[in-house]
Amino acid sequence: MTTEPAGELRPVPGPSALGGGWRRSLELLYLIAVADFKKSYFGTVLGYLWSLARPLMVFGILLVVFTHVFHLAGHVQHYPVFLLFDIVLFGFFQEATGIAVGSILGHEAVVRKTQFPRAVIPLSVVVTSAFNLGLNLLVAFVFVLAYGISPAWSWLLLILVLLALFAITSAVSMIVAALHPRFRDVGIIWTVTSLALFYGTPVLYPIYAPSSSTLRDVIALNPLAPIFDLAQRWVTNPSSPWPWAARMGGPVRFGIAIALFGAICALSLWIFNREAPRIAEEL
Amino acid sequence: MPVRTRGGGEPAPVVIEVRDLDKVFRIPDQRIDSLKERATHPLRRVHHRRLQALRDVSFEVRSGEFFGIVGRNGSGKSTLLKILASIYRADRGTVRMAGRLAPFIELGVGFNPELTSRDNVVLNGVLMGLSRREAERRRDEVIDFAELREFTDLKLKNYSSGMMVRLAFAIMVQADADIMLVDEVLAVGDAAFAQKCMDVFHERRRAGKTIVLVTHDMTTVQSLCHRAMLLHDGELRFIGGPEEAALRYFRLNFDTPEAQQARPAGELPAVMDLNVRILEAILRDPGGRPIENVEQSTPITINILLEAARPLEEPELLFHIVSEAGVVVAAFSRTLEQPVAVGERVRVSGTIVNPLVPGRYYLDCWVGIDEQRNVTVQAIRLLQFLVYGTAPRFGVVTLENDVVAELEEPGT
Repeated sequence: MTTEPAGELRPVPGPSALGGGWRRSLELLYLIAVADFKKSYFGTVLGYLWSLARPLMVFGILLVVFTHVFHLAGHVQHYPVFLLFDIVLFGFFQEATGIAVGSILGHEAVVRKTQFPRAVIPLSVVVTSAFNLGLNLLVAFVFVLAYGISPAWSWLLLILVLLALFAITSAVSMIVAALHPRFRDVGIIWTVTSLALFYGTPVLYPIYAPSSSTLRDVIALNPLAPIFDLAQRWVTNPSSPWPWAARMGGPVRFGIAIALFGAICALSLWIFNREAPRIAEEL
Repeated sequence: MPVRTRGGGEPAPVVIEVRDLDKVFRIPDQRIDSLKERATHPLRRVHHRRLQALRDVSFEVRSGEFFGIVGRNGSGKSTLLKILASIYRADRGTVRMAGRLAPFIELGVGFNPELTSRDNVVLNGVLMGLSRREAERRRDEVIDFAELREFTDLKLKNYSSGMMVRLAFAIMVQADADIMLVDEVLAVGDAAFAQKCMDVFHERRRAGKTIVLVTHDMTTVQSLCHRAMLLHDGELRFIGGPEEAALRYFRLNFDTPEAQQARPAGELPAVMDLNVRILEAILRDPGGRPIENVEQSTPITINILLEAARPLEEPELLFHIVSEAGVVVAAFSRTLEQPVAVGERVRVSGTIVNPLVPGRYYLDCWVGIDEQRNVTVQAIRLLQFLVYGTAPRFGVVTLENDVVAELEEPGT
């Protein structure tokens, strides 16, 4: 008989957002995200082309609409590049949160039958989408260069933008995923909300474009707004103002948007930690 | 079964300690499961039904023990297992554990059908608590154990269910956890798979691993478990030897008022006989209580009232106890040394020893009507009953004996 390494008795904490520890959660997060990514790209020959087709189609349609119908292109420097970049970035937010909503229900078996760290489920969706974003950004940069914009050091600052976008996408994904098992209409509500956000975020237009300053002031409160403002300034149009400039809504609104950003992140941790232990029972 | 000791005689260390565990499920009478309902009826109080799944459960499992958890459906054993496995949170009480735990609530639950078995093995290994490196290191062993070497790069969705089960089981075995929590895994798969499970459990048992097994199969409990625990309605009813636990489990199943009244009182077997009519046929336990199921080794008392349907000249009543397979286990007869007129009644009563092994039995009666003792063509089925218990189901009866087997001293 082998010796029995019994060790010390340790309390069993029960199910939680990161059950089984950080390390295990991170490893699972990585494995699942990679698996999902492989699934969408290596399964079919045209896998990646398909997923690229969507943002390019959206881009093409919007470009036509906004240059030929609304004549926005005349007011914004490098409008096509600006638009493509924003669509790629917002597409990440939309895709990740949209899939994350139903993710816990989709992994019902794992949640009900194993001590799977609950937070890994929505987060793996975000990471998989982030892989997509990386590939799409490569295509976007090729487009930027082809358009004739020369590379600038400020492009490196885009990493900050991406980190912030990743953080808020994760936070929102965790909130909607945690609420969905209890309130099944969160999925529908989120579809509409994310559509509203698409128009309520300076994605299609720079924030100073709306002719109504009231509208601009409301949009400036959107925590996603500074992210898109900075992306524009650092990549496509270095002459566009800082997000706290008066043209962009002013420092107070910028401060509120940042505070909301922080609040959403904190809220997501609070909600997820609260819901995680009982998610298995709600399903 | 005594507590396992490690060499010196001091008991093995406790590896699972459960104290005062309570779990209540609040089941809403009307479920509010959308924000719309919540918003439109913000003040509506939802009434909940409380379902006490576990009440004040405390126990300890020691290192190297094979510990069984038994109970009827809804007794709370799966809830307990899920709390031990950190899937549910307890409302009150503490659970403490020593060592790495691998729960097997269901085989192959974390499988991703779109991935190859290679990737699935690593993913499941990490889920079982291995580090990624460790899981990758053991990958080949797992695939060899599952005998799936040729199919490593095949996506799991293309596997047959048999291959899937083999893979899941291999992962479970190779996870090599200090404590295994197993829920009815034996119920899936064919006989060969069940045998493989048993082999592995025996091997783990020998290796001194701690295993907690939730099962309905008392044979498994008796053959594998050192100790077992019986849950009923969320309460711990018994903890101790597997024999006793199994017996109490059988009592809970077969000796309840509902189980003992499977057949409404007074309803009699609808067998027509030309000679007699059955007015009453009741089985009782030694306490005089009418029963339907009999515990093994408990004497049974019969109480039968017959009415002559035609004149019977010194009738002989021949009784057979018949097993489900149709074997006549025992026969005995009684003769009334006097004629019985039409409408007169004969009462047959008394107690019979019960060496029957667990199973279903019938009490049949043949009525002989004249001096030649010709019996009726058809037996009257008076009673049917179930013998329950933990005795092995080999043979038909258990015979008391004092047979011993011992090593003969050389030279004597």
